[in-house]
Amino acid sequence: MTGLLSQLLNGIQYGLLLFLISSGLTLIFGVMGVINLAHGSLFMVGAYLAFVVVRETGVLWLALPCAVLGGLALGAVLEHGLFRRFYRREHLDQVLLTFALILLFEEARSLLLGNDFHSVNVPAALDFPVPVTATFAYSAYRLVVLGICLLVAALLFLGIERTRVGSAVRAAAERPEMVELLGLDPRRIQLLVFAVGTALAMLAGALAAPLYSVYPGMGDNFLIVCFVVVVVGGVGSISGAFWGALLIGIVDTLGKAYAPSLAGLAIYLLMAAVLLWRPTGLLGSGGRLA
Amino acid sequence: MQQKTGSITRRNLGRLAGGLAATTLAAPALAQGGGALRVGLMLPFSGTFAALGENIAAAVDLHLQERGGKMGGRAIEIIRLDDESNPANAVQNVNRLLGRDKAEVLIGTVHSGVVMALVQASRERGVPLIIPNAGNVAATRSLCARTVFRSSFSNWQPAYGMGLALGKQGVKRAVWVTWDYAAGSESGEGFRDGLKAGGAELVKELKLPFPETNFQPLLAQIPDLKVDVVGAFFAGGGAVQFVRDYAASGLKDKIPLCGSGFLTEGTLGGQGAAAEGIRTALHYGDGLDNPKNKTFRDAFKQKTGREADVYAVQGYDAAQMLGIGLDGAKGDPAAEAAWAGAIEKARIDSPRGAFTLSPSHNPVQNIYLREAKGGQNVVIGIAAEALADPGTGCKMS
Repeated sequence: MTGLLSQLLNGIQYGLLLFLISSGLTLIFGVMGVINLAHGSLFMVGAYLAFVVVRETGVLWLALPCAVLGGLALGAVLEHGLFRRFYRREHLDQVLLTFALILLFEEARSLLLGNDFHSVNVPAALDFPVPVTATFAYSAYRLVVLGICLLVAALLFLGIERTRVGSAVRAAAERPEMVELLGLDPRRIQLLVFAVGTALAMLAGALAAPLYSVYPGMGDNFLIVCFVVVVVGGVGSISGAFWGALLIGIVDTLGKAYAPSLAGLAIYLLMAAVLLWRPTGLLGSGGRLA
Repeated sequence: MQQKTGSITRRNLGRLAGGLAATTLAAPALAQGGGALRVGLMLPFSGTFAALGENIAAAVDLHLQERGGKMGGRAIEIIRLDDESNPANAVQNVNRLLGRDKAEVLIGTVHSGVVMALVQASRERGVPLIIPNAGNVAATRSLCARTVFRSSFSNWQPAYGMGLALGKQGVKRAVWVTWDYAAGSESGEGFRDGLKAGGAELVKELKLPFPETNFQPLLAQIPDLKVDVVGAFFAGGGAVQFVRDYAASGLKDKIPLCGSGFLTEGTLGGQGAAAEGIRTALHYGDGLDNPKNKTFRDAFKQKTGREADVYAVQGYDAAQMLGIGLDGAKGDPAAEAAWAGAIEKARIDSPRGAFTLSPSHNPVQNIYLREAKGGQNVVIGIAAEALADPGTGCKMS
């Protein structure tokens, strides 16, 4: 029983991290209609950024603002320089572009930092176990990551649901034709969404580095799982991504714990079931896919 | 492509025949001890395993120097090739050594996927091969051959030693945690067999895909398994993360963690306090007190400026085995019965302690019990004495 409790906590913690990555993915897909395969690479960039910052300064907390600011800048550059030219082109062109970006990011990583597996130190102040059940403990850092993810999720909700910019983004994701009718400039919304999505992926990478180490291709696994999250939650929906990420995190963790032979399949079975039941995902309104 | 291979013209055929004649004519001349004997050293000199390859190569050079550059009365020329630990290029790299570089003997390699190409070449062409690291059991079991020798270990051996030592200490139930790939499962098998021989039981194997590092779902299962000890096989960065996560989960104080030696080999710096007190089993360790080890470590340090490690020992012994074989065959690598027979009968004076070779050509060696203390894997005893890999399924022709 206590085993189940700690597994649920593992699932929630993993799910919240998935949410940080998928929220950007779902918004970018929802607003611009671009399938950004390079989103996993942005996660990797964030993780390696944390590795470099910790190696040079020893302070992980410096890496978090670097990841967010660097992510906003990198996202803006990518959107303005590349992606903007691809919104009106076919999906195949977009796939080629984002796949090329994966190769470029991996090659750059290989040239600059090599192909080694590196571990990143947990901040010393948070490097102690906190008992969560009678028999199992969590590192304090892991709990802080959980808290930061919840905080970011709350800020994102407020931003999307309660601000003017947020409602414009929602409109762009769910009813793209409404944006221009409202007299808003879709290009500024696109730039904003891409920059924020990139920043979230890089923040997730920086937070994850001490938990999972950094290694070549580390974004690939996360990317695939995050696509499942986006599809299950409903394309373009932030709350869909949130509940989808939690669901996938828990199902994946419980699958690995209680049915290891099915573990690789569990989340795809869940995705198939959700799609049969609600073809637009749990909270999807249809939007561009309709 | 098809056209090229499909049409053998008369001219091509003539060239082919000429080439064949030239090689058969050349072979006896070489065998009489004319030129230098070319030894192909295929190791990773770049990428994740580069440090391992460098230490193996340096130790091979060290032994060659000790022998004045000669084995079996012939000068030895070492040809290095970087295999990058890339299985996709393995066959091509082996062909390059044997073809372009005309290597007559092969030493290699670290990665267990890449080594299969070397084993295959040795089996098919009768080229002597000495494996200085890769521990896949197949190389000295189902795919064993008269021409294939190993100076390192089989994945089964260290884990068997660990299991046996635990059983003798009175442990009853244990669990094995590893990546779901060959080295992980093969060492898991060794752990199970060792526990059984010591009167203990392997309750469960927990696995995750290579090289994922989300260990939490596995760790959270451990309290409910009611085990006395947790055994693990991880290496490199994955081992660092696992040992740290194990400590952070609060399990370390309740259930001791142990494993195949690679869990704490070359990783203690990154693991820090989380590794303190972890017991592992391996065929080498720090503070091994024998004169050969001391001489070797001093010489290696003088040559390279680095401390010797288990990989350097394996490289040194690969060179020793080559020397013994070539001495036995008077420098002729084509005299298979002579050189292979000499190694089979030899007692190799290794820094790890002298060892012989099993019928399937894997070292019969002590597996030491070590404990991580202040950044070193200090030898505290012998987990399994003169342990041989079972060599199941090996049929030498």
